[in-house]
Amino acid sequence: MPPDASEVLDQQWLTVRARLIEVAAALDRIDRAEGSAADDPRIRQIGESLTLLAHERGNRAEQLQMVFSLPYEPDWRERCGV
Amino acid sequence: MDFIDPHIHMAARTTDDFHRMARAGCAAVAEPAFWMGYDRSGTNSFYDYFRQLTEWEPKRAAPYGIRHHAWMGLNAKEADDVGFAREVIAVLPEFLDRPTVLGIGEIGLNKNTKGEVESLLMLIDLALSRGEVMLFHTPHLADKYPGTRMILDILRAEPRVEPARVCIDHCEEHTVRLALEEGYWAGITLYPTTKATPERAVDMVELYGPDRILVNSSADWGPSDPLAVPEFMAAMRRRGHAPEVIRQVVYDNPNAFCGQSRSWKVDVRG
Repeated sequence: MPPDASEVLDQQWLTVRARLIEVAAALDRIDRAEGSAADDPRIRQIGESLTLLAHERGNRAEQLQMVFSLPYEPDWRERCGV
Repeated sequence: MDFIDPHIHMAARTTDDFHRMARAGCAAVAEPAFWMGYDRSGTNSFYDYFRQLTEWEPKRAAPYGIRHHAWMGLNAKEADDVGFAREVIAVLPEFLDRPTVLGIGEIGLNKNTKGEVESLLMLIDLALSRGEVMLFHTPHLADKYPGTRMILDILRAEPRVEPARVCIDHCEEHTVRLALEEGYWAGITLYPTTKATPERAVDMVELYGPDRILVNSSADWGPSDPLAVPEFMAAMRRRGHAPEVIRQVVYDNPNAFCGQSRSWKVDVRG
Protein backbone atom coordinates (compact mmCIF):
# COMPACT_ATOMS: atom_id res chain seq x y z
CA MET A 1 0.00 0.00 0.00
CA PRO A 2 1.45 3.44 -0.87
CA PRO A 3 2.38 5.58 2.16
CA ASP A 4 0.14 8.35 3.42
CA ALA A 5 0.78 11.73 1.73
CA SER A 6 1.00 13.59 5.05
CA GLU A 7 3.59 11.15 6.32
CA VAL A 8 5.68 11.59 3.18
CA LEU A 9 5.38 15.37 3.53
CA ASP A 10 6.51 15.12 7.16
CA GLN A 11 9.57 13.15 6.04
CA GLN A 12 10.43 15.45 3.16
CA TRP A 13 9.49 18.85 4.60
CA LEU A 14 12.83 19.97 6.02
CA THR A 15 14.78 18.71 3.00
CA VAL A 16 12.50 20.48 0.50
CA ARG A 17 12.46 23.66 2.60
CA ALA A 18 16.26 23.68 2.87
CA ARG A 19 16.77 23.09 -0.85
CA LEU A 20 14.33 25.81 -1.87
CA ILE A 21 16.10 28.28 0.44
CA GLU A 22 19.44 27.20 -1.11
CA VAL A 23 18.01 28.01 -4.55
CA ALA A 24 16.75 31.39 -3.35
CA ALA A 25 20.10 32.23 -1.74
CA ALA A 26 22.01 31.21 -4.88
CA LEU A 27 19.79 33.44 -7.03
CA ASP A 28 20.32 36.32 -4.56
CA ARG A 29 24.09 35.72 -4.76
CA ILE A 30 23.93 35.99 -8.55
CA ASP A 31 21.95 39.24 -8.23
CA ARG A 32 24.47 40.73 -5.81
CA ALA A 33 27.42 39.87 -8.01
CA GLU A 34 29.04 42.34 -10.41
CA GLY A 35 27.28 42.71 -13.77
CA SER A 36 24.20 40.80 -14.88
CA ALA A 37 23.44 37.22 -15.84
CA ALA A 38 19.85 38.03 -16.78
CA ASP A 39 20.39 37.16 -20.44
CA ASP A 40 22.12 33.85 -19.71
CA PRO A 41 19.95 30.98 -21.01
CA ARG A 42 20.58 29.11 -17.75
CA ILE A 43 18.66 31.82 -15.88
CA ARG A 44 15.75 31.23 -18.24
CA GLN A 45 15.99 27.49 -17.51
CA ILE A 46 15.87 28.17 -13.77
CA GLY A 47 12.80 30.36 -14.20
CA GLU A 48 11.10 27.74 -16.36
CA SER A 49 11.85 25.11 -13.71
CA LEU A 50 10.33 27.16 -10.92
CA THR A 51 7.19 27.80 -12.98
CA LEU A 52 6.95 24.08 -13.65
CA LEU A 53 7.32 23.25 -9.95
CA ALA A 54 4.61 25.73 -9.05
CA HIS A 55 2.05 24.60 -11.59
CA GLU A 56 2.61 21.02 -12.71
CA ARG A 57 1.65 17.82 -10.95
CA GLY A 58 2.87 14.28 -11.43
CA ASN A 59 6.16 13.65 -13.16
CA ARG A 60 7.87 16.93 -12.26
CA ALA A 61 11.35 15.37 -12.04
CA GLU A 62 11.12 14.05 -15.61
CA GLN A 63 9.76 17.38 -16.87
CA LEU A 64 12.52 19.29 -15.10
CA GLN A 65 15.11 17.03 -16.71
CA MET A 66 13.67 17.98 -20.09
CA VAL A 67 13.97 21.71 -19.28
CA PHE A 68 17.71 21.13 -18.77
CA SER A 69 18.12 18.90 -21.86
CA LEU A 70 19.11 19.63 -25.41
CA PRO A 71 16.46 18.51 -27.89
CA TYR A 72 16.62 15.20 -29.76
CA GLU A 73 17.15 15.73 -33.50
CA PRO A 74 15.36 12.98 -35.45
CA ASP A 75 17.64 13.67 -38.44
CA TRP A 76 20.89 13.28 -36.48
CA ARG A 77 22.08 10.60 -38.95
CA GLU A 78 22.29 13.24 -41.70
CA ARG A 79 24.35 15.52 -39.44
CA CYS A 80 26.69 12.62 -38.61
CA GLY A 81 26.77 11.24 -42.14
CA VAL A 82 25.93 7.69 -41.08
CA MET B 1 22.73 -8.00 2.89
CA ASP B 2 25.32 -8.56 0.16
CA PHE B 3 25.42 -6.34 -2.89
CA ILE B 4 27.18 -6.10 -6.23
CA ASP B 5 28.36 -2.78 -7.63
CA PRO B 6 27.98 -3.34 -11.39
CA HIS B 7 29.76 -0.11 -12.38
CA ILE B 8 32.65 1.31 -10.38
CA HIS B 9 36.10 2.64 -11.33
CA MET B 10 38.31 1.13 -8.67
CA ALA B 11 41.47 2.06 -10.58
CA ALA B 12 40.69 5.61 -9.45
CA ARG B 13 40.09 4.58 -5.83
CA THR B 14 42.25 3.48 -2.93
CA THR B 15 42.53 -0.02 -1.49
CA ASP B 16 40.86 1.34 1.67
CA ASP B 17 37.71 1.63 -0.42
CA PHE B 18 37.82 -2.12 -1.14
CA HIS B 19 38.08 -2.64 2.63
CA ARG B 20 35.08 -0.42 3.39
CA MET B 21 33.03 -1.92 0.56
CA ALA B 22 33.76 -5.46 1.78
CA ARG B 23 32.66 -4.52 5.28
CA ALA B 24 29.42 -3.12 3.82
CA GLY B 25 28.70 -6.43 2.04
CA CYS B 26 30.15 -6.00 -1.43
CA ALA B 27 30.56 -9.40 -3.09
CA ALA B 28 31.68 -8.32 -6.55
CA VAL B 29 32.36 -5.29 -8.69
CA ALA B 30 32.42 -4.69 -12.43
CA GLU B 31 34.79 -2.00 -13.67
CA PRO B 32 34.23 -0.53 -17.14
CA ALA B 33 37.15 1.00 -19.01
CA PHE B 34 36.64 4.78 -18.99
CA TRP B 35 38.17 8.24 -19.25
CA MET B 36 40.70 8.59 -16.44
CA GLY B 37 40.36 12.37 -16.19
CA TYR B 38 42.87 13.22 -18.93
CA ASP B 39 43.25 12.27 -22.59
CA ARG B 40 45.77 9.49 -23.20
CA SER B 41 48.69 10.34 -25.47
CA GLY B 42 48.70 7.06 -27.38
CA THR B 43 47.42 3.53 -27.77
CA ASN B 44 50.07 2.18 -25.39
CA SER B 45 48.51 4.15 -22.56
CA PHE B 46 45.25 2.30 -23.19
CA TYR B 47 47.12 -0.99 -23.41
CA ASP B 48 48.61 -0.45 -19.96
CA TYR B 49 45.24 0.67 -18.55
CA PHE B 50 43.58 -2.49 -19.89
CA ARG B 51 46.37 -4.51 -18.25
CA GLN B 52 45.71 -2.69 -14.98
CA LEU B 53 42.01 -3.57 -15.15
CA THR B 54 42.57 -7.23 -16.00
CA GLU B 55 45.76 -8.08 -14.07
CA TRP B 56 46.23 -5.77 -11.10
CA GLU B 57 42.72 -4.82 -9.98
CA PRO B 58 41.45 -8.42 -9.50
CA LYS B 59 44.49 -9.07 -7.30
CA ARG B 60 43.90 -5.89 -5.29
CA ALA B 61 40.24 -6.84 -4.66
CA ALA B 62 40.80 -10.53 -3.83
CA PRO B 63 42.12 -10.15 -0.24
CA TYR B 64 38.82 -8.45 0.64
CA GLY B 65 36.69 -11.27 -0.74
CA ILE B 66 35.50 -9.10 -3.62
CA ARG B 67 35.41 -10.52 -7.13
CA HIS B 68 36.68 -7.96 -9.62
CA HIS B 69 35.53 -8.01 -13.24
CA ALA B 70 36.15 -5.55 -16.04
CA TRP B 71 34.52 -4.29 -19.21
CA MET B 72 36.81 -3.48 -22.12
CA GLY B 73 36.13 -0.59 -24.44
CA LEU B 74 37.00 2.86 -25.64
CA ASN B 75 35.19 5.57 -23.73
CA ALA B 76 33.15 8.09 -25.69
CA LYS B 77 35.19 11.11 -24.58
CA GLU B 78 38.32 9.76 -26.29
CA ALA B 79 36.48 8.27 -29.26
CA ASP B 80 35.94 11.45 -31.26
CA ASP B 81 39.22 10.95 -33.15
CA VAL B 82 38.17 8.04 -35.35
CA GLY B 83 41.70 7.14 -36.49
CA PHE B 84 42.91 6.95 -32.91
CA ALA B 85 39.79 4.99 -31.94
CA ARG B 86 40.55 2.45 -34.66
CA GLU B 87 44.02 1.86 -33.17
CA VAL B 88 42.62 1.34 -29.66
CA ILE B 89 39.82 -0.93 -30.89
CA ALA B 90 42.44 -3.10 -32.60
CA VAL B 91 43.95 -4.08 -29.23
CA LEU B 92 40.62 -4.88 -27.56
CA PRO B 93 40.22 -8.52 -28.72
CA GLU B 94 43.37 -9.55 -26.82
CA PHE B 95 41.79 -8.26 -23.60
CA LEU B 96 38.25 -9.46 -24.31
CA ASP B 97 39.61 -13.01 -24.12
CA ARG B 98 40.95 -12.51 -20.60
CA PRO B 99 39.24 -14.51 -17.82
CA THR B 100 37.70 -11.65 -15.81
CA VAL B 101 36.38 -9.58 -18.73
CA LEU B 102 32.60 -9.40 -19.06
CA GLY B 103 32.20 -7.78 -22.46
CA ILE B 104 32.42 -4.42 -24.21
CA GLY B 105 31.95 -1.25 -22.15
CA GLU B 106 31.60 1.40 -21.29
CA ILE B 107 30.99 2.64 -24.80
CA GLY B 108 28.56 5.26 -26.00
CA LEU B 109 28.39 8.97 -26.67
CA ASN B 110 29.67 12.07 -24.89
CA LYS B 111 28.91 15.20 -26.95
CA ASN B 112 27.00 13.26 -29.63
CA THR B 113 29.47 14.08 -32.42
CA LYS B 114 29.98 12.50 -35.82
CA GLY B 115 33.35 11.05 -34.73
CA GLU B 116 31.89 9.52 -31.58
CA VAL B 117 29.11 7.90 -33.61
CA GLU B 118 31.57 6.43 -36.13
CA SER B 119 33.73 4.98 -33.35
CA LEU B 120 30.68 3.66 -31.55
CA LEU B 121 29.51 1.83 -34.66
CA MET B 122 32.91 0.09 -34.85
CA LEU B 123 32.74 -0.91 -31.19
CA ILE B 124 29.21 -2.26 -31.51
CA ASP B 125 30.23 -4.25 -34.58
CA LEU B 126 33.17 -5.73 -32.69
CA ALA B 127 30.88 -6.66 -29.79
CA LEU B 128 28.26 -8.28 -32.00
CA SER B 129 30.79 -10.15 -34.13
CA ARG B 130 32.10 -11.77 -30.92
CA GLY B 131 28.75 -12.21 -29.15
CA GLU B 132 29.75 -9.91 -26.29
CA VAL B 133 27.46 -8.39 -23.65
CA MET B 134 27.48 -4.57 -23.95
CA LEU B 135 27.48 -1.73 -21.43
CA PHE B 136 26.55 1.73 -22.72
CA HIS B 137 27.56 5.06 -21.22
CA THR B 138 24.98 7.77 -21.89
CA PRO B 139 26.10 11.42 -22.03
CA HIS B 140 26.15 13.92 -19.19
CA LEU B 141 23.63 16.63 -18.34
CA ALA B 142 22.07 18.45 -21.33
CA ASP B 143 23.48 15.94 -23.83
CA LYS B 144 22.00 12.90 -22.09
CA TYR B 145 18.51 12.95 -23.60
CA PRO B 146 19.47 13.34 -27.30
CA GLY B 147 22.49 11.05 -26.85
CA THR B 148 20.47 8.29 -25.22
CA ARG B 149 17.93 8.45 -28.03
CA MET B 150 20.72 8.31 -30.62
CA ILE B 151 22.18 5.19 -28.96
CA LEU B 152 18.74 3.57 -28.91
CA ASP B 153 18.25 4.49 -32.60
CA ILE B 154 21.58 2.82 -33.44
CA LEU B 155 20.75 -0.34 -31.49
CA ARG B 156 17.22 -0.56 -32.92
CA ALA B 157 18.63 -0.50 -36.45
CA GLU B 158 21.00 -3.40 -35.73
CA PRO B 159 19.16 -6.74 -36.02
CA ARG B 160 21.92 -8.68 -34.24
CA VAL B 161 21.35 -6.81 -30.96
CA GLU B 162 19.68 -8.76 -28.16
CA PRO B 163 18.30 -6.12 -25.77
CA ALA B 164 18.56 -8.44 -22.76
CA ARG B 165 22.34 -8.49 -23.28
CA VAL B 166 22.63 -4.70 -23.25
CA CYS B 167 22.65 -2.21 -20.38
CA ILE B 168 21.92 1.46 -21.00
CA ASP B 169 23.68 3.11 -18.09
CA HIS B 170 23.47 6.44 -16.26
CA CYS B 171 19.71 6.60 -16.84
CA GLU B 172 17.74 9.35 -15.12
CA GLU B 173 14.07 10.28 -14.91
CA HIS B 174 13.85 11.34 -18.57
CA THR B 175 15.68 8.32 -20.04
CA VAL B 176 15.01 5.30 -17.82
CA ARG B 177 11.63 4.56 -19.40
CA LEU B 178 13.12 4.74 -22.92
CA ALA B 179 15.65 2.02 -22.06
CA LEU B 180 13.23 -0.26 -20.22
CA GLU B 181 10.48 -0.02 -22.84
CA GLU B 182 12.82 -1.37 -25.52
CA GLY B 183 13.81 -4.34 -23.37
CA TYR B 184 17.25 -3.15 -22.21
CA TRP B 185 18.64 -3.18 -18.72
CA ALA B 186 18.66 0.33 -17.25
CA GLY B 187 21.57 1.40 -15.06
CA ILE B 188 21.06 4.19 -12.52
CA THR B 189 24.18 5.91 -11.25
CA LEU B 190 24.22 7.42 -7.77
CA TYR B 191 26.20 10.67 -7.68
CA PRO B 192 25.98 13.46 -5.13
CA THR B 193 25.42 16.28 -7.66
CA THR B 194 25.02 14.99 -11.19
CA LYS B 195 23.04 11.88 -12.21
CA ALA B 196 20.72 10.44 -9.47
CA THR B 197 20.58 10.47 -5.68
CA PRO B 198 19.62 7.33 -3.74
CA GLU B 199 16.15 8.76 -3.06
CA ARG B 200 15.55 9.49 -6.77
CA ALA B 201 16.76 6.01 -7.66
CA VAL B 202 14.18 4.58 -5.25
CA ASP B 203 11.55 6.77 -6.95
CA MET B 204 12.45 5.20 -10.30
CA VAL B 205 12.27 1.67 -8.87
CA GLU B 206 8.84 2.51 -7.44
CA LEU B 207 7.63 3.98 -10.74
CA TYR B 208 8.94 1.28 -13.08
CA GLY B 209 9.36 -1.76 -10.82
CA PRO B 210 12.59 -3.55 -9.88
CA ASP B 211 12.95 -5.67 -13.03
CA ARG B 212 15.97 -4.95 -15.26
CA ILE B 213 17.15 -2.03 -13.10
CA LEU B 214 20.80 -1.90 -11.98
CA VAL B 215 22.00 0.60 -9.39
CA ASN B 216 25.67 1.56 -9.30
CA SER B 217 28.06 4.03 -7.69
CA SER B 218 30.24 4.63 -10.76
CA ALA B 219 32.67 5.87 -8.11
CA ASP B 220 35.75 7.34 -9.76
CA TRP B 221 38.24 10.22 -9.36
CA GLY B 222 35.46 12.84 -9.07
CA PRO B 223 32.81 13.52 -6.43
CA SER B 224 31.35 10.05 -5.91
CA ASP B 225 30.85 7.45 -3.18
CA PRO B 226 31.95 3.79 -3.37
CA LEU B 227 29.31 3.07 -0.71
CA ALA B 228 26.50 4.63 -2.73
CA VAL B 229 24.79 1.27 -3.33
CA PRO B 230 24.47 0.65 0.46
CA GLU B 231 23.05 4.19 0.71
CA PHE B 232 20.45 3.20 -1.87
CA MET B 233 19.69 0.03 0.13
CA ALA B 234 19.19 2.15 3.26
CA ALA B 235 16.84 4.48 1.35
CA MET B 236 14.85 1.47 0.11
CA ARG B 237 14.55 0.19 3.70
CA ARG B 238 13.48 3.62 4.99
CA ARG B 239 10.71 3.65 2.41
CA GLY B 240 9.42 0.26 3.50
CA HIS B 241 10.60 -1.97 0.67
CA ALA B 242 10.85 -5.68 1.42
CA PRO B 243 14.33 -7.22 1.74
CA GLU B 244 13.70 -9.44 -1.28
CA VAL B 245 12.97 -6.41 -3.48
CA ILE B 246 16.13 -4.66 -2.28
CA ARG B 247 18.14 -7.81 -2.85
CA GLN B 248 16.70 -8.14 -6.36
CA VAL B 249 17.94 -4.69 -7.35
CA VAL B 250 21.37 -4.76 -5.70
CA TYR B 251 22.31 -8.42 -6.09
CA ASP B 252 20.03 -10.60 -8.22
CA ASN B 253 19.74 -8.10 -11.10
CA PRO B 254 23.47 -7.43 -11.53
CA ASN B 255 24.12 -11.13 -11.05
CA ALA B 256 21.64 -11.92 -13.84
CA PHE B 257 22.89 -9.25 -16.23
CA CYS B 258 26.60 -9.89 -15.73
CA GLY B 259 25.92 -13.63 -15.54
CA GLN B 260 25.23 -13.58 -19.26
CA SER B 261 28.97 -13.21 -19.71
CA ARG B 262 31.03 -16.39 -19.78
CA SER B 263 33.51 -14.79 -17.36
CA TRP B 264 31.19 -13.80 -14.51
CA LYS B 265 31.85 -15.41 -11.15
CA VAL B 266 30.44 -14.40 -7.79
CA ASP B 267 30.87 -16.29 -4.54
CA VAL B 268 27.54 -17.20 -2.96
CA ARG B 269 27.72 -16.19 0.70
CA GLY B 270 25.46 -16.69 3.68
